[in-house]
Amino acid sequence: MNKVVKNAEEAIKDIQDNAVLMLGGFGLCGIPENTIAALVKKGVKGLTCISNNAGVDDFGIGLMLKTKQVKKMIASYVGENAEFERQLLSGELEVELIPQGTLATRCLAAGYGMPAIFTPAGVGTEVAEGKETRKFIVDGTEKEFLMEMAFDADFAIVKAWKGDPQGNLVFRETARNFNPMMAMAGKITIAEVEELVPLGALDPDHIHTPGIYVHRIFKGEKYEKRIEQRTVRKK
Amino acid sequence: MLDKIGIAKRIAKEIKDGYYVNLGIGIPTLVANYIPKGMNVVLQSENGLLGMGPFPFEGEEDPDLINAGKQTITTVPGSAFFDSAMSFGMIRSRKVDLTILGAMEVAENGDIANWKIPGKMVKGMGGAMDLVASAKNIIVAMQHVNKANESKLLTKCSLPLTGVKCVKKIVTELAVLDVTSQGFKLLERAPGISVEQIKNATEGKLIIEGDIPEMQIE
Repeated sequence: MNKVVKNAEEAIKDIQDNAVLMLGGFGLCGIPENTIAALVKKGVKGLTCISNNAGVDDFGIGLMLKTKQVKKMIASYVGENAEFERQLLSGELEVELIPQGTLATRCLAAGYGMPAIFTPAGVGTEVAEGKETRKFIVDGTEKEFLMEMAFDADFAIVKAWKGDPQGNLVFRETARNFNPMMAMAGKITIAEVEELVPLGALDPDHIHTPGIYVHRIFKGEKYEKRIEQRTVRKK
Repeated sequence: MLDKIGIAKRIAKEIKDGYYVNLGIGIPTLVANYIPKGMNVVLQSENGLLGMGPFPFEGEEDPDLINAGKQTITTVPGSAFFDSAMSFGMIRSRKVDLTILGAMEVAENGDIANWKIPGKMVKGMGGAMDLVASAKNIIVAMQHVNKANESKLLTKCSLPLTGVKCVKKIVTELAVLDVTSQGFKLLERAPGISVEQIKNATEGKLIIEGDIPEMQIE
């Protein structure tokens, strides 16, 4: 089985206007840089983007906000992006802010074939408005939980460190973050990797995402890997 | 009155040997610097790391290795990486012993608000709602009053809530307080601060029993 495509342009050839996309990454760490660049070049509009953050003004999903390609953003934290805040306050952009664990687990539920999850995050807050709640006994105490639905995304776009032609993926350090759950959750999953290795080169014991979840894979042309907060100490 | 470092130092005294601790952004991050030497504490970063180490040396920054505040960090011997779903799994299933985070407001019943100022600030809750909904023990590091000199320890929060009835302890520049079923219980005064000053800076119900000792820091 060979899932290798030539490049990002080929990987996104059937992404149309108004598609629902999941994009992996935490801040600018582990984001699918090459695919985002290709989406900007292609100019598809009216996108719904599910991603923990919205990038910064001139990198990551921020690039697609600048070109007004995003209609709706579903995220947990968007504090690093001034253009985002401007579009939100002016009403140009629809935004759904949800707890980070809820975001991760709604992806997980989709990948595990479960329609919904129950979580205590957001109980008693505006996140709970209009949602079904249920009480369960946990550790001997009755506690309220919110029912949150699995995501339904047309495409999941993830970034891995290494991958093979069957789509098996290995992530690196904290660049793993949302990528494995999102890889499992897309109807079509596109993986861009730093290193595309031959079949058999990955140790089956060390694979984070089995290739069954991945439909297309390509080696990213280049990785800028921008650092958001460079914090260091002196030697 | 304590500065930010003083608040961090006082909170560090709440950490016990063997704890898994999640530190929020701001003052809570500073707590890591004051964990007593020889104590075995594992720091969790909700973007997928257990065993967070100090900032890297200049020139050794790794863009793939950051904390939840998006700062470059390092690992320590025994560190483990995992995905975001597992990260919140260990938070939700109460494996994390202590959560330390900042707040804009705390109410006398333990409600906390720290993610949104309607019409002014839209940043999002990040992992805070998950953390406060599940944590075994939550300590809030905050200023006692805001810039307009209004109390942030209230009868009822005025801002959108992050979680309900969850805060256990508060450390401010003025005092250490427990959140009890009766209200804020004053435990300690900051050096040079009187009970009267704390009373004046606290809008919510304040319980004062007997002599209130001064904080011991360092």
